[in-house]
Amino acid sequence: MRKVGTAILGPGNIGTDLMYKVVRSRNLELRLMSGVDPKSEGLALAASLGVRTSTDGVSPVLDDPSVEIVFDATSARIHLQHAPLLKDAGKRAIDLTPAAIGPYVVPCVNIDEHADAPNINLITCGGQATIPIVAAVSRVTRVRYAEIVATISSRSAGPGTRQNIDEFTQTTARGLVQIGGAERAKAIIILNPAEPPIMMRNTIYTVVESPDIQRIRESVSEMVHRVKRYVPGYRLKMPPMMDGQRVIAMIEVEGAGDYLPKYSGNLDIITAAAVGLAELLADRMLDGRARE
Amino acid sequence: MRNVIITDTTLRDGMHAVSHQFTPGQMAAVARGLDEAGVPIIEIGHGDGLGGASLQYGFAAGTDREYLEAVSAVLKNASLAVLLLPGIGTKVDLEMAADLGARAVRIATHVTEADISEQHIGLAKRLGMMTVGFLMMSHMASPEKILEQARLMESYGADVVYVTDSAGALLPDGVRERVGLLKAHLKVPVGFHAHNNLSLAVGNNLAAMEAGATYLDGTLRGLGGGAGNAPTEAMVAVLDRMGVATGIDLYTLMDVAENVLQPLMHRPQQISNASLMLGYAGVYSSFLLHTYRAAEKFGVDPRDILVELGRRKIVGGQEDIIIDVAQELSSERSAGRAG
Repeated sequence: MRKVGTAILGPGNIGTDLMYKVVRSRNLELRLMSGVDPKSEGLALAASLGVRTSTDGVSPVLDDPSVEIVFDATSARIHLQHAPLLKDAGKRAIDLTPAAIGPYVVPCVNIDEHADAPNINLITCGGQATIPIVAAVSRVTRVRYAEIVATISSRSAGPGTRQNIDEFTQTTARGLVQIGGAERAKAIIILNPAEPPIMMRNTIYTVVESPDIQRIRESVSEMVHRVKRYVPGYRLKMPPMMDGQRVIAMIEVEGAGDYLPKYSGNLDIITAAAVGLAELLADRMLDGRARE
Repeated sequence: MRNVIITDTTLRDGMHAVSHQFTPGQMAAVARGLDEAGVPIIEIGHGDGLGGASLQYGFAAGTDREYLEAVSAVLKNASLAVLLLPGIGTKVDLEMAADLGARAVRIATHVTEADISEQHIGLAKRLGMMTVGFLMMSHMASPEKILEQARLMESYGADVVYVTDSAGALLPDGVRERVGLLKAHLKVPVGFHAHNNLSLAVGNNLAAMEAGATYLDGTLRGLGGGAGNAPTEAMVAVLDRMGVATGIDLYTLMDVAENVLQPLMHRPQQISNASLMLGYAGVYSSFLLHTYRAAEKFGVDPRDILVELGRRKIVGGQEDIIIDVAQELSSERSAGRAG
């Protein structure tokens, strides 16, 4: 079967985890992994897998005509520079930073609406983990307010996340409104350095119009199954429960352990979403070419 | 004569003890009294800082903006301070606070996570604010680790770095080691923030001062998370007797504590068994009222919840885990009964 050429920008935690998933993809081929730091562990690992590497940032990606889909796992600030360059070079960008130039996508909620966009944003790891739950609640009752608390182990938060911490909370909150369907939203992120590292935990609070907890539970349970299709380690730790005016649910995400250990569910969920999305785009590209 | 600079945080840390329910008017009344007494820095707002109003931590009686406006209007000499925890509050919140008259900010992170404060410290400096790096849960890290993290905050531009004993778990020797090492190696002054869970708040502040701290925190009547903080009025009295200058008038401060603050308190600030357990198990002090609530809802002993939180090395801000632990303890117990 023919494959579509891809590149990864940003060989940090997320870029490196992504690399392992792309390398074993059914319809994607990793042509290039590019960063800026010659001492990058991610670039060394890519080279050891036989992937071409560069420390010249976006330039070699723009110059390679075989690259059609580009995963950007740098930072919001850097993606703002990359995005117009990638667009002009005719490359589809899947943005794993909180830059949010293109539409927000959570694969199990709204992937079909934006499959043709030149730049697709994956919100944040916290957004990928929690928006499906809020969307599941908002399809059965009006959600006046949603609030999520994402707790991740310190070890799985790389420098990009750390320097982007406001973008994380602000972008996640926007996603909870735009895709989750909440009227207002807030997001909180906490880093926990405990050893052994904790798994990614997400607490989702909603204030709903009609607290029919049985219907909410059924809807959430169905949504969890949909997320599990591309993130096998996604688990409902605490099914929705009423606590005063608020509905509380908790999600735990165990990673596939591709690069960092399994506690890094926060990386796994966003890289799994990126690859799932890219495979869908690649199917459409290959399908279009077969018809031509 | 030696001197220390006292930050009174009755109107911020004390908010934990009243479930964040001081009104803007009540805050203004207390702040006016603190200002008249000569307190140099007055920290206000939601107990969890800017943006803290939430289902996770509880909503306050007023908004950040309302509190800042109300207190700003009455201060004549004191610096108005706010707290910001990156991950909860944002740079947008900080800009708003500076616009409304906040002249100092404490940027707080878990003791091992100082690098999430770089942007916020940088912005605070650009806004011309006195900027304090606040390393929370300092009992959980070695003195060397704290120094490494304090150096990061100093390199981002912090004017002062605090060793913050959020769990009230440090013993005086632990305070001296930590503050002393920072004092020996940092260029900027060192501060200490105590909690009274082990009844050591004033004593630990003195230990910090002996080790070189020149910034200390207190709250009127010790009002604060867990068993509360060092009572500012008691500290000022002790420092007076020691010949350490604070610039604060003791009698005026005592009057504010008794006549203005005390009538607003929901309960006496004391060392209950659960708050003693916070210090003993090393758990974040503001978890206290959340723990009582969860213990009641799930019918479990609050002490069991706190011991389990300590065992799991839960950090500040993880109030959601209290419910999780309470629920697990409750279902374990009913499973035990069934079996």
